[in-house]
Amino acid sequence: MLTNANLGQFQQTPLGDGGQRRKIHPHKFTLWIAIGSIVMMFAGLTSAYIVKSNQATWQPIVIPKVFWYSTAIILVSSLTIQMALRAFKDREMNRYRTLIAITTVLGILFIVFQYFGFRQLWNSGVTLRGSGAGQFLYVITSLHAVHVLGGVVALVVMFIKAFFGTRKNYSSIPVEMASTYWHFVDFLWIYLFIFFMWLG
Amino acid sequence: MSNDATYHGPSEVVTTHDVHHDEHHVHHHKETFITKYVFSQDHKMIAKQFIVTGIVWAIIGGLFSVLFRLQLGFPNVDFPILETFFGRWAKGGHIQPEFYYALITMHGTVLVFFVLTAGLSGTFANLLIPLQIGARDMASPFLNMLSYWFFFTASIVMVSSLFVQTGPASGGWTSYAPLSALAEASEGSKVGMDLWLVSMALFVVSSLLGGLNYISTILNMRTKGMSMTRLPLTIWALFFTAILGVLSFPVLLSGFILLLFDRHAGTSFYLSDIVVNGHVLDNEGGSAILYQHLFWFLGHPEVYIIILPSMGIVSEVLSVNSRKPIFGYMAMIGSLFAIAILAFLVWAHHMFVTGLNPFLGSFFVLLTLLIAVPSAIKVFNWLTTIWRGNLRLAPSTLFSIGFVSLFISGGLTGIFLGNSTIDIHLHDTMFIVAHFHIVMGVASFFGMFAGVYHWFPKMFGRDINHTLGYIHFWVTMIGAYLIFWPMHYEGLAGMPRRYLDLTPWVSFNKFQTLNEMITIVSIIVFAVQLMFVFNFFYSMFKGRKVTSTNPWGANTLEWTTPINPGHGNWPGEIPEVHRWAYDYGKDGREFVMQTEPIGTNESKDH
Repeated sequence: MLTNANLGQFQQTPLGDGGQRRKIHPHKFTLWIAIGSIVMMFAGLTSAYIVKSNQATWQPIVIPKVFWYSTAIILVSSLTIQMALRAFKDREMNRYRTLIAITTVLGILFIVFQYFGFRQLWNSGVTLRGSGAGQFLYVITSLHAVHVLGGVVALVVMFIKAFFGTRKNYSSIPVEMASTYWHFVDFLWIYLFIFFMWLG
Repeated sequence: MSNDATYHGPSEVVTTHDVHHDEHHVHHHKETFITKYVFSQDHKMIAKQFIVTGIVWAIIGGLFSVLFRLQLGFPNVDFPILETFFGRWAKGGHIQPEFYYALITMHGTVLVFFVLTAGLSGTFANLLIPLQIGARDMASPFLNMLSYWFFFTASIVMVSSLFVQTGPASGGWTSYAPLSALAEASEGSKVGMDLWLVSMALFVVSSLLGGLNYISTILNMRTKGMSMTRLPLTIWALFFTAILGVLSFPVLLSGFILLLFDRHAGTSFYLSDIVVNGHVLDNEGGSAILYQHLFWFLGHPEVYIIILPSMGIVSEVLSVNSRKPIFGYMAMIGSLFAIAILAFLVWAHHMFVTGLNPFLGSFFVLLTLLIAVPSAIKVFNWLTTIWRGNLRLAPSTLFSIGFVSLFISGGLTGIFLGNSTIDIHLHDTMFIVAHFHIVMGVASFFGMFAGVYHWFPKMFGRDINHTLGYIHFWVTMIGAYLIFWPMHYEGLAGMPRRYLDLTPWVSFNKFQTLNEMITIVSIIVFAVQLMFVFNFFYSMFKGRKVTSTNPWGANTLEWTTPINPGHGNWPGEIPEVHRWAYDYGKDGREFVMQTEPIGTNESKDH
């Protein structure tokens, strides 16, 4: 049982003294938990994929080449948002606005290329009928694209704020959160891509 | 502990809790009716919104159980009034099969998700987390508000499904594929099922937004001195609840998305080799068991999402009302942690009869039975907390003791069911119904009632009527055992659950009078719950006004706020915390609040 002596020790620890400056910003922390939650969702889907792929009547597919381009696009966009964050921290607002705009365009381009990938796959005869690798790819990749789209919306909002915002806000927290999320959807795509290449 | 902190003396903040602040002007901001009562970002108002919505749902869900109990208790009696209200769903005063399935499905869905998840953790996480950790509000009050409104929208969609022509979803609260995936399979699998899925998706979003906030708030927004090991056990329980929700609900959503594709896009994730009404479907290669895996990966943690907040509330209420420190505080946290981990490793015990590999099944048996260890630790600690305590038998205490009783009775039958071999006999019988209603349904309700009776003064600044509370407790307690205890015998005899009419089954005719008794008792218990609802709303407006900021003589921070705290909770600074939450009966003092610094001559032990 916990004694007061123990409690006294805990009081001396950094957690106990409530020193806000040592802590991560609550909104950023919330984002990380949200990322954990999204990871669980995709973990559920990819494990469903693994379970199904071990059963009879599983139909593998050939991954369309277009996905390589979209992979390249999202990798570059990760780079640009990182540069945007640095520009914001250096107070180079013009550079920041340009880089945010480029990232937004790249994000949209990524989704467009995913769509081209879908079309290529669809034209090769893999439709939504059935329950093979193709159908899983459609569902999982679309869900990923929805998450990218969410990031694009956030970027557009930030872009508008950076251009038309009447209030000057120097807190880098929103930009940092956007970049964290963006890197996450990038990483998530790399994981999914490798997953499909390897098991598809 | 005797250090210099002692001589800093009680700060200004500590003394403010004796002063009445019926109106304070510190955090005054312009509030309209809309921002104060509707789109409120104040965690206390959101908690009230959750509980009121939860109450409405509990009445609907409870009423449904009364309706299908009428069918089970009196299968050969006509109730013309049912036809008056439900028309063709109860033709000739008899509940029709489709209606019966819709009722049991909605009863389960509503009570599991809308009442015991949103109504319970939504209410108490919102109310207690900022108040007990010493924060002005949640990490993100806006997300918190969104969480409620997603829940509200989910509720609207679910209610609307009750009014569509083909009826609401009726494939059981688990909505197993392929029944739920094929519109032609049943009336309830038509548009009702789509509305169910949309509503549940919104519900998952609500739960995630809430959960993210709870975790983030508990870890980041604690007041000075409030280390994790000084938190009241309510907060620990709500913390693990939120973690379970955040990690398991997304997987359910994955399962639902695949189901939606199967329903509308022609995929066959869950479908294979199916004939409906002589019509052969061309779906091939799917696996219905896959849905069960995805469902139960949430479904099992879900039952802990339901029970853990109640465990936390009961720990707090029992300690406060027996005027003794909680026994084994660290063991309580440890067992909550163990339960949270094991929650993710036992889902397949719901699937022992699906053709699961028996070798794999034996691991799930082992892990399932392991849950008995932390559960037993918790029960032991509750009993030792009240042991030789100076018990104050308020309604909240009675409900807490009732919780422990139900948790023991219902937990023991879990050991039967956790064994894969015995489960072959008991699966899908009334034994299951008895088990989970006692251990998870009624027990969690008892925790919720304990919380409502205990924190009612904090929520509304008025006291809830105790006499009605005692009647509520005794009728519910005796009623719950009368309803669910006999179901064990029915289940052991092999009586299946979910059956509309068992009269053609001669071997179960001996249970006829028993079923009648269960039905009559459930009507009485339902009526008493309505009395509680009356008490709740009556006391909210007309209850005796609370005159003390700390009516229970409790140690935790919520009782340092004014009787009717405004948005921001404390008019002055947030108080600093100097000790754990359970210094009751220490050094001859009845209680020592967390805000009081450790005295020089204070003993080290409790």
